[in-house]
Amino acid sequence: MNNTYDVIIIGGGATGAGIARDCSLRGIKALLLERSDIATGATGRNHGLLHSGARYAVTDHESAEECIRENMILRKIAAHCVEETDGLFITLPEDGLDYQAIFVESCNKAGIRTEILDPDEAKRLEPSVNPDLIGAVRVPDGAVDPFRLTSSNILDAKAHGAEVRTYTEVMELIREQNRIIGVQAYDHRAKEERKFYARVVVNAGGIWGHGIAAKAGITVNMLPAKGALLIFGHRVNKMVLNRCRKPADADILVPGDTISLIGTTSSKIPYDQIDNMIITPEEVDILLREGEKLSPQLAYTRILRAYAGVRPLVASDDDPSGRTVSRGIVLLDHAQRDGMEGFITITGGKLMTYRLMAEWATDLICKKLGVNEVCRTAEIPLPGSVESEKEVERKMHGKPIAQKRSSIARHGALATEIDSRDSIKNSLVCECEEVSIGEVEYAMKNLSVNNLVDLRRRTRIGMGTCQGELCACRAAGLMGKRSPVCAKKAKEDIVSFLNERWKGMAPIAWGDTLRESEYTTWVYESVCGLSDETEKTSMP
Amino acid sequence: MNIQQNTVSENNFEQCIKCTICTVYCPVAAVNPDYPGPKQAGPDGERLRLKRPDFFDSALKYCMNCKRCEVACPSNVRIGDIIQSARIKYGPKRNTSLRNYVLANTDLVGSLATPFAPIVNTAVALKPVRFMMDKVMAIDHRRIFPKYAHGTFTSWYKKHAAEAQAAFPKQVSYFHGCYVNYNNPQLGKDLIRIMNAAGYGVRLLDKEKCCGVALISNGLYNQAKRQAETNLASIRTAVNENDLDVIATSSTCTFTIRDEYPHLLSLKNDDVRDRVELATRYLYRLIQSGKVSFKFKEAEPIRVAYHTPCHMEKMGWSYYSIELLRMIPGVEVIVLDSQCCGIAGTYGFKKENYRTSQDVGEPLFRQIEASGADLVATDCETCKWQIEMSTTKPCENPLTIFASRLA
Repeated sequence: MNNTYDVIIIGGGATGAGIARDCSLRGIKALLLERSDIATGATGRNHGLLHSGARYAVTDHESAEECIRENMILRKIAAHCVEETDGLFITLPEDGLDYQAIFVESCNKAGIRTEILDPDEAKRLEPSVNPDLIGAVRVPDGAVDPFRLTSSNILDAKAHGAEVRTYTEVMELIREQNRIIGVQAYDHRAKEERKFYARVVVNAGGIWGHGIAAKAGITVNMLPAKGALLIFGHRVNKMVLNRCRKPADADILVPGDTISLIGTTSSKIPYDQIDNMIITPEEVDILLREGEKLSPQLAYTRILRAYAGVRPLVASDDDPSGRTVSRGIVLLDHAQRDGMEGFITITGGKLMTYRLMAEWATDLICKKLGVNEVCRTAEIPLPGSVESEKEVERKMHGKPIAQKRSSIARHGALATEIDSRDSIKNSLVCECEEVSIGEVEYAMKNLSVNNLVDLRRRTRIGMGTCQGELCACRAAGLMGKRSPVCAKKAKEDIVSFLNERWKGMAPIAWGDTLRESEYTTWVYESVCGLSDETEKTSMP
Repeated sequence: MNIQQNTVSENNFEQCIKCTICTVYCPVAAVNPDYPGPKQAGPDGERLRLKRPDFFDSALKYCMNCKRCEVACPSNVRIGDIIQSARIKYGPKRNTSLRNYVLANTDLVGSLATPFAPIVNTAVALKPVRFMMDKVMAIDHRRIFPKYAHGTFTSWYKKHAAEAQAAFPKQVSYFHGCYVNYNNPQLGKDLIRIMNAAGYGVRLLDKEKCCGVALISNGLYNQAKRQAETNLASIRTAVNENDLDVIATSSTCTFTIRDEYPHLLSLKNDDVRDRVELATRYLYRLIQSGKVSFKFKEAEPIRVAYHTPCHMEKMGWSYYSIELLRMIPGVEVIVLDSQCCGIAGTYGFKKENYRTSQDVGEPLFRQIEASGADLVATDCETCKWQIEMSTTKPCENPLTIFASRLA
């Protein structure tokens, strides 16, 4: 087996995937290692907000400029991952209108288009907005789907020669004197250790990057900040809603695909808790209390789930107390900083700036490798974004309208590869999100799906109202059809999928959500007899 | 912890827990694979339409609006209303087809047809005419049209009944509907005979328009709303000013006025809703409370099979009609399984729905044939047409049977 590459990228979030793509487009042979599935860290655990930069305009001019630039680029290169909803920064009576003037001025300075709206006009544009608002500013915010974005980058990276290994966890960095020459990793699926070598190793592990750097004896001082969010059952708002005031808790409501998201809270947590995200009742309380101020409807809209992500905030190198954090992009060349050759860390930043982070990192990789190629990721569209939705739709026949449009939203131009020849292929696996048998088969074949949870990230299976009630067993059946799985493994997969769904429902388990999850429990435990499996798998 | 103000969502569709019982009970989903079924067309689809209105699927037109999904739903989701509302909100805004206009405007067509009833009835029964209607208007040539009466119920009433009815000390208001007015005035006369025997005079509303059910299902919402407003105004006069209950002989008219007006046309009716009911239920309650009693004549014993129309199932009122029939000496009542006959008003007249319509009704038709009944009874006029066309049995309103056996 050839295990030598030009570059090894650790971390399968948007940044890692972006670096893999950028490297491959520049002819660099890249290997991406991810301990779990793609987009499982902070990439998949945020608002999915296509920032215009307006949120940072007043406090962080540089981030604001980066955001609006990347915003415009993503609309072009990742059109199928982006929804151009626009956003409103609303002023409530308790906020006062003073901030609005500073806000608009700062936005204009950063190159962010603004439009001050009359409150009545704002209500007309966005009927769900708090009717008490006294001011509103329209900005080019939007929604971006982090799973699609990461997956498309991976697809394109692979198409240009990159190798991607998920469920492969880096255990050690292989060091030769003052140089990192490779990694020793554990393949969780094959259950074996493997070694990979490269001239440059990139640490793109987000918050986990702290631990990866530590394997090389290097300190990257990360400050884990937990952000909790709530997902509402359907779209409440058409436009992104923000408060026009200094950024605070729970002041962004984003419409994303079929749902709306309110977030976030912000609380520091100890590093050893980053794999143990628990949503507290207080966090749910804050999210609801503040969320209702953006849109009063949230008070009686069904909540699907709660979740939290960890921001990879980095303490400034020159501040030993760790209080001064940078929200900007942090690129560390450990050769310069720590005298460790062949190792770089890219962190900080935001989902919004993943491409720019990848560009910076790849520029540095090129320098180290002596490669003289320029970055083209800002011009070349991602797979799926090469044609407009209308053009794709013209090529697709035979699918019911909602199914057709849902699959185009998820896969863009690649939706045409979904088999829709007959009514069996068009039968639904996930009814809430309109995922057909053909689409599941397409995802299993092309998008590196190892289990039901991976399948969810590729297709939205189980992300709808019923949270897996109807689709889990159907999808498990299709997984088993692809490659023979023993019954025990298939059952374990369903249990882990459903338990992961329950994890998000537990913090908000009341009303219809509780009724639904009780029904799901009854179906799977009492009817299908999965309760035995639950006990076994929950044992350490 | 501040739990949401209401733990049950105000967005009715969010109460759906995807149990899918509705789809199991949907008569259309069972026979027409092009219809996605109530769960998907209703709560699931609503969520997608809220994401983007162009997720509206034109297959929603296959919904018959029978509301059996709502009866089946254990979570109180107004599935049928969600589907019909989606058609109103997201469906084609203009009703372009002449066919739909003709089918929906029962009032207009009825007024034009009744003066020439003998000619119209003969014409629409002719094969070449039916063939033409099929080709030109997409009204299925196999469908047998209901016969029009020669002269309307209201003109008869004004000439021959109004004066005598006003003389009764107790009064009730009657919403006769299009069927009695244009097709079967005899049913109206039967009701008057029964109510008179009970000591009640029957009055008509100041102004009555078609309840609008056919307009709603054919996409003519504005007209439906205008007619509903007229009807509600007349009902308010009867109830609030004259303190009269309003009874109807058609289950669908009753259901539309009581439930579809507020749910689909956004017209509040809670001030009068409880005073509008079906004549069989009204009579049953009068009898049960001991206020009235009837004398019946001796007659041949007959076996009557009662068919529960979908909207009776939804209102939960077929019990009253069945019990009323059981009070008639010499009438043996058997109750057919409650299942849709497939006609659904104007639905079954349309060429594209003919097959679905007959497939839906098939199990019912078989049960009727096997029942050994002399006569089928039902409270819905369109069920009657469908049963008479698709089986060998005659079909009548329970009140007609009741009246025919009064002493």
